[in-house]
Amino acid sequence: MPKAILYDSTMCIGCRLCEKACAEHHNLPYNDDIAKEEKLSAHKLTAITTHGDRFMRRFCMNCVSPTCASVCPVAALQKSALGPVTYDSTRCIGCRYCMLACPYQVPTYQWNSRLPVVKKCDMCADRVAAGSPTACAEACPTGATKFGERDGLIAEARQRLAANPSQYYSKIYGLEEVGGTSMLLLSAVPFEDLGVKVSLPHEPMPMLTWRALSEIPSIVSVFGVLLGGVWWIRHRTEEVQAAERAEREKKS
Amino acid sequence: MNGFRAGAKWSFWQIVATVFILGGVYSAYIRVTQGLGGATHLNDQFPWGLWIGFDILCGVGLAAGGFTLAAAVHIFNIERYKPILRPAILTAFLGYLLVILALMFDLGLPYRIWHPLVMWNPHSVMFEVGWCVTLYTTVLALEFVPVVFERFRWNKALKIMRAVLIPLVIVGVILSTLHQSSLGSLYLIVPQKLYPLWYTPLLPVMFFVSALCAGLAMTIFESWQSSKAFGKHLELPLLSSMGRVLAVFLSVYMLMRFLDLWNRSALRLLLVRRPETYLFLLEIAFFLVPMVLLFRQKILSNPLALYGCAVLVLFGFVSNRLNVSITGMEAGSGTSYFPKWTEVAVTLAIVALGFSIFRLACKHLPIFGAQPVVERVRSRAPVPAAAD
Repeated sequence: MPKAILYDSTMCIGCRLCEKACAEHHNLPYNDDIAKEEKLSAHKLTAITTHGDRFMRRFCMNCVSPTCASVCPVAALQKSALGPVTYDSTRCIGCRYCMLACPYQVPTYQWNSRLPVVKKCDMCADRVAAGSPTACAEACPTGATKFGERDGLIAEARQRLAANPSQYYSKIYGLEEVGGTSMLLLSAVPFEDLGVKVSLPHEPMPMLTWRALSEIPSIVSVFGVLLGGVWWIRHRTEEVQAAERAEREKKS
Repeated sequence: MNGFRAGAKWSFWQIVATVFILGGVYSAYIRVTQGLGGATHLNDQFPWGLWIGFDILCGVGLAAGGFTLAAAVHIFNIERYKPILRPAILTAFLGYLLVILALMFDLGLPYRIWHPLVMWNPHSVMFEVGWCVTLYTTVLALEFVPVVFERFRWNKALKIMRAVLIPLVIVGVILSTLHQSSLGSLYLIVPQKLYPLWYTPLLPVMFFVSALCAGLAMTIFESWQSSKAFGKHLELPLLSSMGRVLAVFLSVYMLMRFLDLWNRSALRLLLVRRPETYLFLLEIAFFLVPMVLLFRQKILSNPLALYGCAVLVLFGFVSNRLNVSITGMEAGSGTSYFPKWTEVAVTLAIVALGFSIFRLACKHLPIFGAQPVVERVRSRAPVPAAAD
C-alpha cells in the first residue's frame, strides 16, 4: 500500500524540527543560517515558509505519476510502490530536464560542484522501506506532519475538514493535482496564499509528452514507406523515359 | 579573404575567430574548475539557458538543410540541387558535432553522455533526443565520408557507400524528422511555465516545419557566403528556386502558427502589454517580411535581396528558439535569466569553430564544384539526353 504524508498547516508552529531531522537523515549541514533560508536547495530538501503568522512546508510532492521520472532519459528517477520517488545518482547525466519539467520546481542542483548531482526529498525511501515513518514526521512535535497509508490519511483529512469546517479551507491539496501526490496538504486559508501552486492540471503531466512520443512508430513507418515510394516512382519515371528514348532512336 | 593562401597574413575574420575560440577555451577552463555555477547564471528555478537555447536548439535546426537537400536530391530526384548538397551535408554534420560539443559543456556529468544508450527510459523525450543525436550524427558521418574517400581516391570504399546511399538517406530523413520535432516535444511538459503565445500541443510540428525553413535559409546563406569567400560563381537560378520553395514553406508555417493561436483563443494575448508580446511580434515579423518578399520575382532574381531574406528567416528561427527556451520561460519560472559572459563566450567560440572548420573543409575537400557522388551512381542507369 502506498504511503503518504499529511501536512496540516493549521497545526504547524514553525519550529523547523522537520528541517533539522531531514538534514540529519540526509547528511546535510544544518544551522541557524540555513534555517533562515526559506527555499529548497541542494542542501535543504525541505523548507518551512512563513506567511504572516501561518506556515507552509515545501518538499518533494512525490507525485503518484511523477513528471520527473517520466522525463529522465536514463531512468535515474523512479516511483516506488511504497510512494517515494527515488533518485539514483549513479545513472544521472546532469541534463536537468527533471528540474525543468517538475511542476513544483522541486529538484535542485549542486551548481558549484565539479561533479554535481540532483538533490530532492525522497520521502526517506530507505526508512519507509524499513517500515519506519519519514524523519520529518518522526520529529514533528505537534503532529502537523503525519506519516501513514495514503488512503488512511485521506480519510483522516476528510474527517478533520468535516469536524472543523470553520477552521479549514475546504480542500485537501494533493488529491487530484497532476494526478495526485503523496504529500497531502491542509490549510486554513486558500493554498495560493501560502505559496502553493494551484491551477495545476488534474491529468498526470507525463501524458503531455507521451502523446507525442507514441506517434514515433507511425512517423517511422509512414515516412519510410512514403520516401521509399517517392524514390521508386521518381527513378522509375527516369528509367522508362530513357528506355522510350532509346527505342525511338532505334526506330529512326 | 585570402588569409589561408597568403600564409602568415591573417584576415580580419580569422583573427576574430581565433579570439572567440580562445575565449571559449578560457571559459571551458572556468566551467571545468568551478562547475556550472561558476560558468553560468543558471539556478534551480532556471536550469536551462543559452547553451540549450542557442547552441543546441538552434544548432540542430540550422543543420536541417542537410536532410532537406538530401531528400530533394536523392529521393525526389531533383538534380539541379546537386551542387549545393555537399555543403549542406557538411553544415549538418558540423552542426551536429558542435551540438555534441555544446552538450559536453551543458551536461552536469558530461562523461556519462553515453548513459541513455544503455539505461533506457522510452517515456522520456530526452531519451529520444539522445538516440536521435547519436544515430543521425552517425548517418551524417556516413553521408559525408564519400567526400573524403573521393579526395584520397579510395574507390572501393566509395562503391560500398554508393550501394547503401538511398537507405541511408531515408533513415537520415526519418531521424531528422524525429529529432527536430522532439526538441519541440521537450517543452510539452511545461504548460505552466512556457508563455501561451508559444506553448501549444503542436510544438513538435511547429519545430519541424520551422526547421525546414531554417535549413533552406541556411543553405541559401552559406551558398552566398561561400561564393564570396571562394570567388565562386553564384548559382542564381538554383538559389532563386530555393527561395521560392522557402516562401511556400514559410507560408505554411505562418498559417499554422496563426491557426494554432486562433484555435487556442490566444490571439487576444497580443493586446496584453508584456515583453513577451513584443518579442513574439518581432519573431513573427522576421518570418513574415521575407515570406512576402520571396514571392516577388524582383527579389528572387537579386542575389543580395535573396541573401537578406535568408538572414531574416535565420533571425526569426533563432528568436523563436530563444523565446521558447528562455524569454518565454522566465515569467512562468518566477525568475529572470541573462547569460553570464562565459556562456556567451562558449557560444561564440562554437560558432567560430563551425565557420573555421567549414572553411578548412571547403579548402581541402571536394565540397564545391566537384562531381557529386550520385552523378556516377546514376551513370549506371541511362542518363537523359538533356542532362548538362
